Amino acid sequence: MPGLQLRGVAKSFRNTEVLSNVDLDVAPREFIAFLGPSGSGKSTLLRIIAGLETADAGEVILDDRRIDGLPPGQRGVAMVFQHYALYPHMSVRQNMAFGLRNARVPQDQIDRLVEDAARVLEIDPLLERKPAQLSGGQRQRVAIGRAIVKSPKLFLLDEPLSNLDAALRLRTRVELAQLRERVESAFIMVTHDQAEAMTLADRIVVFNDRRIQQIAAPMEIYARPANRFVAQFVGSPAMSILPATLADGGTLASVKLGDGSRIDTSVGRDSLPAGAQVELGLRPEHVRVVLSGEANTEATVDLVERLGERSLVYARLRDGQQVTAEAEGTTTAKVGDTVGLRIDGAAAHLFGPDGTGYHRAAA
Amino acid sequence: MSAGVQRRWQGLLFVAPFLLLYCTILIYPLLKGAWLSLYRVDLFGGGTFVGLGNYGRLFADPVFWQSMANTLLLALMIVPLLTAIALALALALNRATRGAAILRGVFFSSAVLSVTIVTLIWRFVLAPDAGLLGELWTAAGWAPLPFLSDQSLVLPALAVTTIWWSVGFPMLLFLAGLQQIPHDMYEAAALDGAGRWTTFTKVTLPALKRTTILVFMLQTAAQLQLFGQSQLLTAGGPSGASRTAVLFLFESAFGRWELGYASAAAEVLFVLIVAVTLTQYALTGRPGADNAR
Repeated sequence: MPGLQLRGVAKSFRNTEVLSNVDLDVAPREFIAFLGPSGSGKSTLLRIIAGLETADAGEVILDDRRIDGLPPGQRGVAMVFQHYALYPHMSVRQNMAFGLRNARVPQDQIDRLVEDAARVLEIDPLLERKPAQLSGGQRQRVAIGRAIVKSPKLFLLDEPLSNLDAALRLRTRVELAQLRERVESAFIMVTHDQAEAMTLADRIVVFNDRRIQQIAAPMEIYARPANRFVAQFVGSPAMSILPATLADGGTLASVKLGDGSRIDTSVGRDSLPAGAQVELGLRPEHVRVVLSGEANTEATVDLVERLGERSLVYARLRDGQQVTAEAEGTTTAKVGDTVGLRIDGAAAHLFGPDGTGYHRAAA
Repeated sequence: MSAGVQRRWQGLLFVAPFLLLYCTILIYPLLKGAWLSLYRVDLFGGGTFVGLGNYGRLFADPVFWQSMANTLLLALMIVPLLTAIALALALALNRATRGAAILRGVFFSSAVLSVTIVTLIWRFVLAPDAGLLGELWTAAGWAPLPFLSDQSLVLPALAVTTIWWSVGFPMLLFLAGLQQIPHDMYEAAALDGAGRWTTFTKVTLPALKRTTILVFMLQTAAQLQLFGQSQLLTAGGPSGASRTAVLFLFESAFGRWELGYASAAAEVLFVLIVAVTLTQYALTGRPGADNAR
C-alpha cells in the first residue's frame, strides 16, 4: 500500500508515556496536520517518523517499506525544522546541496536541482549568501528548498510558520499551499495553530494526552468533534459547554438547562447513552443576542468584544453558567446588561458522561 | 563645563580604579622594561646608558639563540598536539552521563595543580632508575630511557609534561564551544544522510573554528613563556638543551644580576609573541564573520 502507515506506535520517556498505541494512515500526496496542545505527543510522533526518535513499539511503513529501523537519511523523508537548522558556515547553495552530496548525486545534477528549487522559491539571487545574511522569511525558504531538492516521499514540517511575524506567516501559508500542488509528496505538519491546520490540511489529526483524539477533514472536526476536548480545542472562541438534563421522550433529544430553559436538539435520542446527565455544546455562532421577543433564555453580559462585522458577547445565564454568544457589529449591549439569547438547538452538540460527542444526523 | 563633558568625566571615574591598577602593574613595567633594556644595570644602584648595546650582545650570544630555538621547538611540539588532544577529549566527554562528568573533572584536575607538584609527579614518571616509565621499560625487557638527561629526549619529555598539565582548560573551552552548537543542526545533518565523519568535518569543526583559533593563540602565547617545568625538572639541562627563553632571562636577571641584558631578552620575546599571535590571527581570517546563525 503506498503512502505512510503507522501501526501501534508507542513511546515513553523514562516513566512518562507520551504516545500510546498510535495508528495512522496517510495517503500519497495527502496533507496532514498534527494539531494539539504542547506536550500532547505530536512532535514526538513526527520525530519518530523522521528517525530522530525511536519508538518503543510499533511499525512505520512508507511506500511498502518498513523504515523505523533505518537511519533518518535513508527513509525518503525530508524535514523543515522549527528554527530552520541551516548550516551557518555554508552558503545557501551548499546548504541545499549538502544532502544530495552525501547521497553521491553527480555534481551537474546537484547544480540543476538546487537552481530549479531556488527559482521556484525565488531565492536564486541569494544562493551565494550565508544564512546570517538572510531575513527570517528567506531562511524559511532555504529550509524548504533544502527539503525539496531531495524529492522526498514525505515532507515533515515542525511548526514551520511559528517563527515568522503575522503578515509573513499568512503569505507563507499560501505559498505552502501552492508548494504542495507542485510536488508529488505527502506532507505532515505539526502545529498548534488551528487556523494553519484548518486552511492547509486535507485531514487534521488532533492529539491530546498521548492519544489521537480524532482524524478527520477540517470541517468535519469543526462540525462533528469526536469528544469534548476536540470540541473545545478547535474553534475560536471555544465552544461553550453547559451541563444539561435530558428530557423524556421524542426521537430527537431535548434538554433542560440549569436556568430552566428547554433546548430541542437534532441529535437522535437513540444514539445517546443511558442516563439523564449530558452536556450541551454551543458554538458562539449558534447563540445569538436577540430582542427579548425572539429569545429562548436570557443572560447577563460579562464582556463585549467588538470585531467589526460582529461582536462576541461573553455572558452568564441566570444559573451562573458561562456562554459565548454572537451579536451584530453594531450591538448596543454593554457589561452588566441583561440580554435575550436565541439558542439554535438544531446546531447544538451533546456530550455524554465520558466526553464522547453526539451530533445531528449527517445530512 | 557642558553636561556632555561632565558626563564623560564621570564615566572615567568609574573605570579609574581599574585603569590605575592596569597602568601600575602592566603599562609601567612594560615601559620600564623597554627603558631598562637600554642600560647596563644591576639590582643595586643606577645604571649606565648603553643604547642598543644589550641587543647587540644578545644577538651574538649562542646561549640566547639556543634558548629561543628550544622555546619555539617546544611550542611547536606542544600547541598542535595539545589542541588536538583537548578537542578529542571534549568530543569524547561531551555527553550528559555520570561517567563523562567524572572524567571531565579528572582531566581538568591537573590544571589546578601548581607547577611544582606537576614537575614532582613527572619526575616520578620520567626518572630512569625508579620512575614509572623506567619500570615499564625494564619490565618489557628494554633498557630504561634517560628522558631528563638525554639532549634529544628532554624537550619531548617537557612537552608531554606540559600537555598533561595544560590540557584541562582548552578542553573546557572546546566543551563550551560544543555546547553552543544547536542540536537541531545534527538532526538536520542526520536527515541529510551525513555520516559521522562528514558530520564532524562539515558541522562540528566549522562551528568550533573560533574556539580553535582562541585555543591556538592562547596556548602559543602561554607556551612561548614556558618556564617552571624547565627550571624545576631539568634546570635547563643537559647542557642547555631544555633552557627556554624565560629561563634564560631569569638566569640573566636573578643569577647574574644583569637586569638590562635580561630586559633586552624580554623585549625580544615580547615582540616575538605579539608577532606570532598576530600572524595567526591574520592567517585564520577575521573570526566570527560567518558564525552567526
